[in-house]
Amino acid sequence: MAGCTTRCRQGVLKLIQSVQRLLSGSLAKDNTDDELEMTTVCHRPEALEQLESQTNFCKQELQILYRGFKNECPSGVVNEETFKHIYAQFFPHGGKFLHHHMCFSEQISHGFVSCVADASMYAHYLFNAFDTTNNGSIKFKDFVTGLSILLRGTLREKLEWTFHLYDINKDGYINREEMTEIVKAIYDMMGKYTHPALKGDVPQQHVDAFFQKMDKNKDGVVTLEEFVIACQEDEIMMRSMQLFENVM
Amino acid sequence: MATGVAAWLPFARAAAIGWMPVASCPMPVAPLDHRRRQDELIVLNVSGRRFQTWRTTLDRYPDTLLGSSEKDYFYNEESKEYFFDRDPDAFRSILNFYRTGKLHYPRHECISAYDEELTFFGIIPEIIGDCCYEEYKDRKRENLERLQDDQEENKDVKLPHMNFRETMWRAFENPHTSTMALVFYYVTGFFIAISVITNVVETVPCGSTATQKDMPCGERYTVAFFCMDTACVMIFTVEYLLRLFAAPSRYRFMRSVMSIIDVVAILPYYIGLVMTDNEDVSGAFVTLRVFRVFRIFKFSRHSQGLRILGYTLKSCASELGFLLFSLTMAIIIFATVMFYAEKGSSSSKFTSIPASFWYTIVTMTTLGYGDMVPKTIAGKIFGSICSLSGVLVIALPVPVIVSNFSRIYHQNQRADKRRAQKKARMARIHLAKSGSANAFLLSKRNGLLHELLELTGANSGEQKLSKSSCFLESQHHHLLHCLEKTTAHEFVDEQLYEQNYLEAVMQSFPAARRASASSRDAVTPTCCGRRSKRNATALPNAALQPGPNQQGPLQELSAIHIQCADRPSRSASRSKLNLKADDVGRLNCKAGRITTAIVSLPSPPALTTPDGDNFLGPAARRPPPSSPGPSIQTTSSSANVVKVSAL
Repeated sequence: MAGCTTRCRQGVLKLIQSVQRLLSGSLAKDNTDDELEMTTVCHRPEALEQLESQTNFCKQELQILYRGFKNECPSGVVNEETFKHIYAQFFPHGGKFLHHHMCFSEQISHGFVSCVADASMYAHYLFNAFDTTNNGSIKFKDFVTGLSILLRGTLREKLEWTFHLYDINKDGYINREEMTEIVKAIYDMMGKYTHPALKGDVPQQHVDAFFQKMDKNKDGVVTLEEFVIACQEDEIMMRSMQLFENVM
Repeated sequence: MATGVAAWLPFARAAAIGWMPVASCPMPVAPLDHRRRQDELIVLNVSGRRFQTWRTTLDRYPDTLLGSSEKDYFYNEESKEYFFDRDPDAFRSILNFYRTGKLHYPRHECISAYDEELTFFGIIPEIIGDCCYEEYKDRKRENLERLQDDQEENKDVKLPHMNFRETMWRAFENPHTSTMALVFYYVTGFFIAISVITNVVETVPCGSTATQKDMPCGERYTVAFFCMDTACVMIFTVEYLLRLFAAPSRYRFMRSVMSIIDVVAILPYYIGLVMTDNEDVSGAFVTLRVFRVFRIFKFSRHSQGLRILGYTLKSCASELGFLLFSLTMAIIIFATVMFYAEKGSSSSKFTSIPASFWYTIVTMTTLGYGDMVPKTIAGKIFGSICSLSGVLVIALPVPVIVSNFSRIYHQNQRADKRRAQKKARMARIHLAKSGSANAFLLSKRNGLLHELLELTGANSGEQKLSKSSCFLESQHHHLLHCLEKTTAHEFVDEQLYEQNYLEAVMQSFPAARRASASSRDAVTPTCCGRRSKRNATALPNAALQPGPNQQGPLQELSAIHIQCADRPSRSASRSKLNLKADDVGRLNCKAGRITTAIVSLPSPPALTTPDGDNFLGPAARRPPPSSPGPSIQTTSSSANVVKVSAL
């Protein structure tokens, strides 16, 4: 009852205030006060020496990486939209046109095969893999840590990172649904115009092949150890992993 | 957000490790990067101002000049920098494009200069960011309109081969191009005025006669008015038919507004002619006479301001439409309200809602005739609200229309001003340009003079004449000289050319030679002018001006005659003409004189003159049969007469 009275009183006060403003002609002026608090937050990375010790990059490489990062994101953090946008640029028919139509919605990437290539789902999983602190934004430290593992890390580290990428819900196991999602996301990046033409069940076949290879005890899920052992047995994959070492 | 793909490519490639376990085939070999790993600063020197940036910044956009290997053409080895001889201020925004990915258009920059810079550096203007794109497009549109205005002025220029129809159309469209057109323009204007005044005066009461009092003039002097009307309609019909005949596209002409007005103006007369017999339709016939007032719109061909007004109304069509719509809405609302408010009062004029429309309109436009006034209190309240809101609703779209009119009007003013200044501008430009053409002749004469002096052995130390021209000029003159040698003709200035040509024509009538000589000295500018004009039509390339002959004698007077000793006075080719021309005054000077026949350069493209020469050459050589072949020897030392005339 008391709450009701206070609410009524507040309401009446507000009404009187707005009538006053109407009469004095300053009705529209105070809307900007509320928005002052929404200033952009600026993040600064850790010191250069600290990052150098924590990652496998040397100073010049860190400098180059930071310059590119800061150029793209002057505020110092990447949020998921921007990340998707940047990643989508690399795939044909993907980023540029979609950007203007802003159809990064979930509906398009799920379900049916999209008519334009859609890198947003894979970018989403990538984002989650990089965002180790799970706060919805990638700072430079996360970015550089992830890159350090991918480019300069040991084989075991790379495999672990890949496992965490596939493990969407981060429960330590990869099950069929997660793998299907990942494979579908990868195929989505190809788009419709492929040769031979993509059929609906190709991702499923791919997942089946994967589980055939990885799931040793046939329990329907792949653990980290199973994953690492199975990958180390595969010669081709080992060679492929070394492929990107000289990217920087 | 910058969209430099290159900066994030290493990241995307690294993230591709996520595909490896899923892949079923082996991966292709990665390309090796042999170049330096370190990023380096490169220096861009733009007209002295040094900009420095990372190499990778520029590599972000590989399809531009700075991002591709095209910039190697500008590399300066000694200073180890890239030098561009361009505007450093405009370069700032271009370099910022590489840095931030957004191209901005600086407002103080001229639009065409900026466009040129963008084209030079290989950047398409469509990349301009949203913040500046609208401004850019507006300025570009204005510039285009201005250029279009300038191009339209060229339609005044008479094309060389216009048939009768085209001439007539041009005369109709631009009355100031010929006197006939001007006369026609004024005559039609006069008849339009007459017609309108006649229509007006027809209805004025003219005084009473015996039979009736206060007849309008139209009924009193029926025949006179009918004749006047007929005459006007005759003129209008003839004008319309002539325009129809001359129009380049008759279908388009018939669809144009002016022609529709013309038709509407003259049609009632013809319909009236057909329909006078039938009494029943005479009422309709009277109505048709109303359309005669449309003749006043024919004045818009004569008045620029009317055309601007019409164009403004057309361009503000949407604002006018909005005004009309909102007014209609308000009228209906207030009429309804007033009707129901006044329904109660007795003897109220508000008999129905449509009847209230009249009250609402009169009130909203603040006319207030007072023939309908509300009597109840509610009616008065709503009536006052109606008049207050009327002011607001009408006042809102009016400034838009006014600003549109102002913009179009000022545009027209600017166009008129530019047209007026154009003549003076072109004359000055022409003067400056012809200076360069004359430089060649001057230098040639100086060169000749120099050689002559060498020949005569006098003043062999006079080297200064050849040093006066810079290296570029001397190369240019060498080029023109080569052309002369190729075609075996020479460049000559205008006056001498006309002189020579006219005298060549005169020589075909030896009896007229005396006349020509006398005409040179006589003061008959017009007849000579006309004659030279006639000659001009045969030589379209040579731009002869009326009345050059008066300058002929003056020129000869100012000529410097250099007498070259030991040279027999034999002449070669066209120089003979000059000799013959000179013999009237200078038969005494027996010593050899070297004449250079100099053909004028009427305009900077000097290549037209060889044609003129060819026209002249055979014509000139035909009459005097004794003249030798067409070899022109100017620098040779055989007997030539030099006439170095001051220009």
